[in-house]
Amino acid sequence: MDKYYLDYLDQLESEAIHIFREVASQFEKPALLFSGGKDSITLVHLALKAFRPGNFPFPLLHIDTGHNFPEALQFRDALADEIGGTLIVRKVEDTIRAKNLPEPKSKFASRNALQTFTLLDAIEEFKFDACIGGARRDEEKARAKERIFSVRDEFGQWDPKLQRPELWNTYNGKIHKGENVRVFPISNWTELDIWNYIKRHRITLPSIYFAHQREVIEYEGQLVAVSPFIQIAETDVVTTRQVRYRTVGDMSCTAAIESNAKHIDDIIAEIIATKTSERGETRIDDKVSEAAMEDRKKNGYF
Amino acid sequence: MDILRFITAGSVDDGKSTLIGRLLYDSKSIMIDQLTAIQQQTKHKALGEIDLALLTDGLRAEREQGITIDVAYKYFSTPKRKFIIADAPGHVQYTRNMVTGASNANLIIILVDARNGVVEQTKRHSIIASILKIQHVIVAINKMDMAGYAEDTYNNIVIDYAAVAESLGLNNVTYIPISALNGDNIVEKSALLNWYEGPSLLSLLENISIHQDVNLNITRFPVQHVIRPQSPEWHDYRGYAGKLISGIFKTGDAVTVLPEGLTTSIAFIEHNGKNVEEAFAPQSIVLHLKDDVDVSRGILIAPTHQLPTVAKEITTLVCWMDTKPLQKGNRYWFQLNSTMVKCMVSEIHYALDVNTLGKNMHVTSIALNEIAQIVLKTASPLAFDSYNQLRANGGAILIDEATNVTVGACMIQ
Repeated sequence: MDKYYLDYLDQLESEAIHIFREVASQFEKPALLFSGGKDSITLVHLALKAFRPGNFPFPLLHIDTGHNFPEALQFRDALADEIGGTLIVRKVEDTIRAKNLPEPKSKFASRNALQTFTLLDAIEEFKFDACIGGARRDEEKARAKERIFSVRDEFGQWDPKLQRPELWNTYNGKIHKGENVRVFPISNWTELDIWNYIKRHRITLPSIYFAHQREVIEYEGQLVAVSPFIQIAETDVVTTRQVRYRTVGDMSCTAAIESNAKHIDDIIAEIIATKTSERGETRIDDKVSEAAMEDRKKNGYF
Repeated sequence: MDILRFITAGSVDDGKSTLIGRLLYDSKSIMIDQLTAIQQQTKHKALGEIDLALLTDGLRAEREQGITIDVAYKYFSTPKRKFIIADAPGHVQYTRNMVTGASNANLIIILVDARNGVVEQTKRHSIIASILKIQHVIVAINKMDMAGYAEDTYNNIVIDYAAVAESLGLNNVTYIPISALNGDNIVEKSALLNWYEGPSLLSLLENISIHQDVNLNITRFPVQHVIRPQSPEWHDYRGYAGKLISGIFKTGDAVTVLPEGLTTSIAFIEHNGKNVEEAFAPQSIVLHLKDDVDVSRGILIAPTHQLPTVAKEITTLVCWMDTKPLQKGNRYWFQLNSTMVKCMVSEIHYALDVNTLGKNMHVTSIALNEIAQIVLKTASPLAFDSYNQLRANGGAILIDEATNVTVGACMIQ
């Protein structure tokens, strides 16, 4: 192998570090949107690399739906401690109360869409001008269209038809007061890239990504964990299965998959073999309509 | 495993989205749920078969109008390579989107309809490929199924295109006959095209050497960010963070800090927290200089024996991307890597006819999607290279002062 050769993971890493450093230099008050999932954990890891031995330069912002996996919350707090970063938590629950919003009611009542209100309020409260997120273009077709620096107007809205051209590796972060930019440093990574990177750099993840025993109900072919956040009917059958989570979202709208993958190599093998996409397999909230994600993003979603 | 970034270009009905759909489908990068979704939609639209184009048109408006409006990025990999596809629209009115998609591409696939041969659009896309210096060109002669899989048809188009390529100075052109719709020569070689001796399209994409695309001969390091922890532990630490956009730096190299022109040398280099003897493009690193010189964001560090041009006047090609025209006297922000300066359009030399390469010398205004050669005067000196010599330090953007929108793509001459 040539001595001046960067393999694909090193190239993706360098690109992401470059983007992080652009954010730190171009904006006054950036924040890193942290969910406790593998993508935002990878972001934290990349940001540490980009700025060491300097301090972690952004607060972590968690928009807490109140429907989290306890394992993800513990992990979040431990990670924030470990990196010596500031953790800001804003709760959807508080937004519902303050704005008198209707609490969604259904079998798998999801507060997913309500997160947008809490997020926009937090941006306003702290005057964040850039929010770094772990979205990837391979996840969903509206995301496939989004820029790495994605400008949102003062209402947090994304206008997919009027995106700024993004040329070479030059990122235009100029905005007016009140606007903000969503930045996606791992836009060009796929789910498999993330896992290979996690393996190479031995990044620690919440335990729910690995196979474990859990009480679930089966609903339209998907396994949903028994929790106080879903309504269990008498006709539902509760069973204990060996499962893991491919994505970490809310307990109310994220499905588990049956799996024996207890180690990272097993997970990588599983993802290589899978015939279902990440969101298709695990997200109950995307199935509402063909343009569910596009519509949410237009309104200010992550 | 490395990364190949490519763009596809072709007229509206040349089957561009179908080709991408086919590559994703045949390389098993489309998942069952995604397929089910497009099957349902196809039914909904009352079309006969699965419309693979629906995989790439991600926006509601695109699906409604059946056209591609903006660049979509798609990903697939084989054991040999990771591929990033920029799926850009082909219409004249979307030239800016094509330029956007082409700016990061190692390779362009230009689709030609076997029944129509080389048309205006083919030439226009080839001109853009040559202006943006895309290193590799694959001319995919598509819809061979509708041309009876005839070798003569293919040969005639190859002869026609070779003339276009020669006039544009396009090297590294490879030709392949395909049918995206039927999957001929996409992943597997097709028996119906047995007169074609080359590899399948996927095999071509997997094996084209892109190693030379990163320039390792000329070294450029734009400083993005200064790392100063100011903690007791790292009291005197001062590192310059950035990406080596080209070339190689070694500890001890004599360097010049630009545009000021002060010289010093490299004390040490950090890569991912470790000290390294040398670093190379496109690594993100932290550089430490021997002398205490004033370095901040926007500074370019280059080897003292290999300096870029430093000037306040820049002649550049510009692809105009805004509805408000570019005119002499207009002021913009000029962003080259991490440098941002104010500039003014001091001259418009000519507008380029993207269909004929003809130069229109008598223009005073450049409209959306037009390409022109202009002269910019900048508020302070800038360290740059010509785009043709070093893409990494010769491609810049113009930003509107009032709207903050990116309005121009510059290729410095």
